Amino acid sequence: MNISYSSLKSIFILFFTFTIISFIAFPNNSFAGGSGEDEGKVDIVDKVVDHDYVDFYFLGKLKLPKFEPVTIAGITFDFSITKSLFMMMLVSVLLVFVLYVAASSNKKNLVPKGIGNFIETIVVFVRDEIVIPNMGKDGVKMLPFFLTLFFFILFANLFGLIPFMAQPTKNINVTAALALIVFFVTQAKGIQANGFFGYCKGLVPHGIPTFVLPIMIVVEFIGLFTKPFSLLMRLFANITAGSIIILSLISLIFIMSYAGIVIAVPFALFIYLLEIFVSVLQAYIFTMLATLYINMAVHQDH
Amino acid sequence: MDLAYLAAGIGAGLVVIGAGIGIGRLAASAMEATGRQPEATGDIRTSMIIAAALIEGAALFGLVICILLAIKS
Repeated sequence: MNISYSSLKSIFILFFTFTIISFIAFPNNSFAGGSGEDEGKVDIVDKVVDHDYVDFYFLGKLKLPKFEPVTIAGITFDFSITKSLFMMMLVSVLLVFVLYVAASSNKKNLVPKGIGNFIETIVVFVRDEIVIPNMGKDGVKMLPFFLTLFFFILFANLFGLIPFMAQPTKNINVTAALALIVFFVTQAKGIQANGFFGYCKGLVPHGIPTFVLPIMIVVEFIGLFTKPFSLLMRLFANITAGSIIILSLISLIFIMSYAGIVIAVPFALFIYLLEIFVSVLQAYIFTMLATLYINMAVHQDH
Repeated sequence: MDLAYLAAGIGAGLVVIGAGIGIGRLAASAMEATGRQPEATGDIRTSMIIAAALIEGAALFGLVICILLAIKS
């Protein structure tokens, strides 16, 4: 226990030092924005939006493959691989690898240990703290879905904290896709449990006077879409805000030269540690609200 | 043009005031409830986090609009 804790600590220290050095030691390369005319200018939007290359700063740029746009039924789709997509692929590969190793190690050992034990702790947390309190025993059948959501968001958020990498969840399309999946699963479970007409009728609370019915139908119909919208905005805004804050703090060095380092580095380190907490919290909240919404669709009585 | 920056700054400040008051009141009530019923700490913490997330979501909508204002101008 003691040994693993101290080795973890040293890994963390190494990791943070490396990040800070990579930010400080190569400021011109990191913040030049690519083209020659913007030399030394910090562009926040440029750091947040998607690119068709992965910037390894002083190690050069990795150009990602581009494909010709495809037109299907009058709509043009661009299947080019962008930075977010590339990061998402890396996250997925990492996720499959880590979970496979954990599962096979748990199958081999009678008593879970090592990484299998660690992953099992998280799985049991999701089951006992998120799914069962919100959905009851029936929710355990849907546990694989929530585990997928939780682990994907957790790994995606934490992946961006590795130097040179970016969070896939920093792109609004990724969070929108996640929220869309939750939306469709919610409708499907609701219709499965109550029948199509029962589900539509159950959307409006019964026992209200007839004259407010037209307003209530509209309000409840809009409410159907605001739930996934708030899900996607919360995840996207939290992750993007963290990136922008770290970038702004590091930019203080350019405004105040050497005096800025004294302020910027400790604050950026603090925000960085906060980001780890926010990553876990956002994964927790996303999964928690998904279970709540699905439970509300299945049990419409209250 | 410059007024958009001013609006974004004032807006961000107002959003943070609102979210701060909301989460502050929430935390105060939750701590009071924990003091009254220490055995319900886990339940209170869970519902507090959910409510804080909802308040934060509303605040983030405002902040996104502020960022849009600052970028577009």
